[in-house]
Amino acid sequence: MRNVKEKGMHLVFLISACASILAVVIICLFLFANGIPAIGKIGALDFLLGQKWKPGNDIYGILPMILGSIYVTAGAIVVGVPIGILTAVFLSKFCPRNIYRFVKPAIDLLAGIPSVVYGFFGMVVIVPVMSQLFGGSGKSMATASVLLGIMILPTIIGVSESAINAVPSSYYEGALALGASHERSVFFATLPAAKSGILAGVILGVGRAIGETMAVIMVAGNQARMPKGLFEGVRTMTANIVLEMGYATDLHREALIATAVVLFVFILLINLSFSILSRKAEA
Amino acid sequence: MEKKELSEQPINRQTVVQRLRSYRRSPLSLLLLILVSLSALLTLLTLLFLIAYILVKGVPYLTPSLFAWEYNSENVSLMPALINTVVMTGLALVIAGPLGIFAAIYLVEYAKRGNRLVKIVRVTAETLSGIPSIVYGLFGFLLFAVTLGWSYTILGGALTLAIMILPLIMRTTEEALKSVPDSYREGSFGLGAGRLRTVFRIVLPSAVPGILAGIILAVGRIVGETAALMYTAGTVAGIPDSVMNSGRTLAVHMYVLTNEGLYVNQSYATAVVLLVIVVCINALSGFIARKVASKSQ
Repeated sequence: MRNVKEKGMHLVFLISACASILAVVIICLFLFANGIPAIGKIGALDFLLGQKWKPGNDIYGILPMILGSIYVTAGAIVVGVPIGILTAVFLSKFCPRNIYRFVKPAIDLLAGIPSVVYGFFGMVVIVPVMSQLFGGSGKSMATASVLLGIMILPTIIGVSESAINAVPSSYYEGALALGASHERSVFFATLPAAKSGILAGVILGVGRAIGETMAVIMVAGNQARMPKGLFEGVRTMTANIVLEMGYATDLHREALIATAVVLFVFILLINLSFSILSRKAEA
Repeated sequence: MEKKELSEQPINRQTVVQRLRSYRRSPLSLLLLILVSLSALLTLLTLLFLIAYILVKGVPYLTPSLFAWEYNSENVSLMPALINTVVMTGLALVIAGPLGIFAAIYLVEYAKRGNRLVKIVRVTAETLSGIPSIVYGLFGFLLFAVTLGWSYTILGGALTLAIMILPLIMRTTEEALKSVPDSYREGSFGLGAGRLRTVFRIVLPSAVPGILAGIILAVGRIVGETAALMYTAGTVAGIPDSVMNSGRTLAVHMYVLTNEGLYVNQSYATAVVLLVIVVCINALSGFIARKVASKSQ
């Protein structure tokens, strides 16, 4: 009897462990089964490289959205990565203990704030400021980049900090013993050694930025046309899906699912490079 | 006099004057110090400004009518959304909690070292945690609303969220189980307990705080989620009769309010409520995590 119970529970645990495998498989299945046929119908090249998105005329080219996602993410990196890495260095090597006790939970809080709240904040604070500084409506690529830059900060700070902490202190001590100042030792001995860990953090941040939806919708303007400039509106792939899914039918809906497939492939590539890099960082 | 001063100063400390002098020798160091401090300050100020701005603008509008039971176009009460959020969180946790914890038990307690399956589970869990919430939302829409024909339902939303938080619960539980010393297990086996009894009576109870911290983090994600719910649970504003009806959570409610643009003040107030919930969740999970850390020392 006891043996049966042991075996039974063993099986239950095993099945639970397989749940995540099952989840990935059915997510892939549903997305690809619904999205790939649409790409076939529209034509892979017309879909991926088409410069016009006009569902009313059955023209589905998502190049504007792909570029939109890439530009906005690049902007977020420009804004978020330097500040994130420097803050991580501060937390790891410069921060007095009694200040750290307050700063660390604050960074965690930054990670916990819902993206709608960020989006709302962007809408009522950053958009008017951008509009006054650079003209236009203020809902633009630059605004979305700044907001996303703020949103990926906690990710980059968290991963970079643990990468910096993982560098053996002998590196730092060696530099110090050679007469380098505290700052020089940290920046020229410790930081280079944490390179791949920090890069992994940046890539994780890229994944966050490219997948972010609600906050971007609220500040990016969402015009479905080729990105025109830093202070003009853009539409990202994620925004495209949310904005039109509510009323889309037939090929239009399938084209939106195909957009998600493209996004999914982007994310898979990013995840792959992240896991390769973090494995390299561990080794 | 000078001799005494020297002996009082520990050899591994610098006075402020000595430090400043060394910066004159090396301006780069000073520049780096300033950059680092400024960045940290900027990060903190951004957070403080965001919170202060929303609190100042939102708290005056936290009127009792905002917490009325009924939602209508004259009084955009957030109470139904709040109740939906609680229901949604409960449902998602009931589904993902046991699944994630059991999966972690398998990975830590049962699987043999170098097991192929473990590697696959790890990779898929990593993949799941990287998928953006809108992709989850679209998947949930395709599976629950279209293929199963449920249309927009609370249950569909909860199931979608359950898949989303599964890797988080799995990973934190795994860490918690791993931190239980092997001597506990050996002691239990030594007294003649089977593997199952050891897991449930010895290992799990000592891992509870760590698991709890992970579950609280998962609650935080559910409360803040919007994109995954728009097309799975829908945006109906009332309290639904059953889990097979549509209903919006607080975050979705806030998005819709903001999008309509008619109730900006109420949006601020809703943001305040969301922020308060998130701050409480963070404080709670931090408190538990600290307790775990102090116990293991």
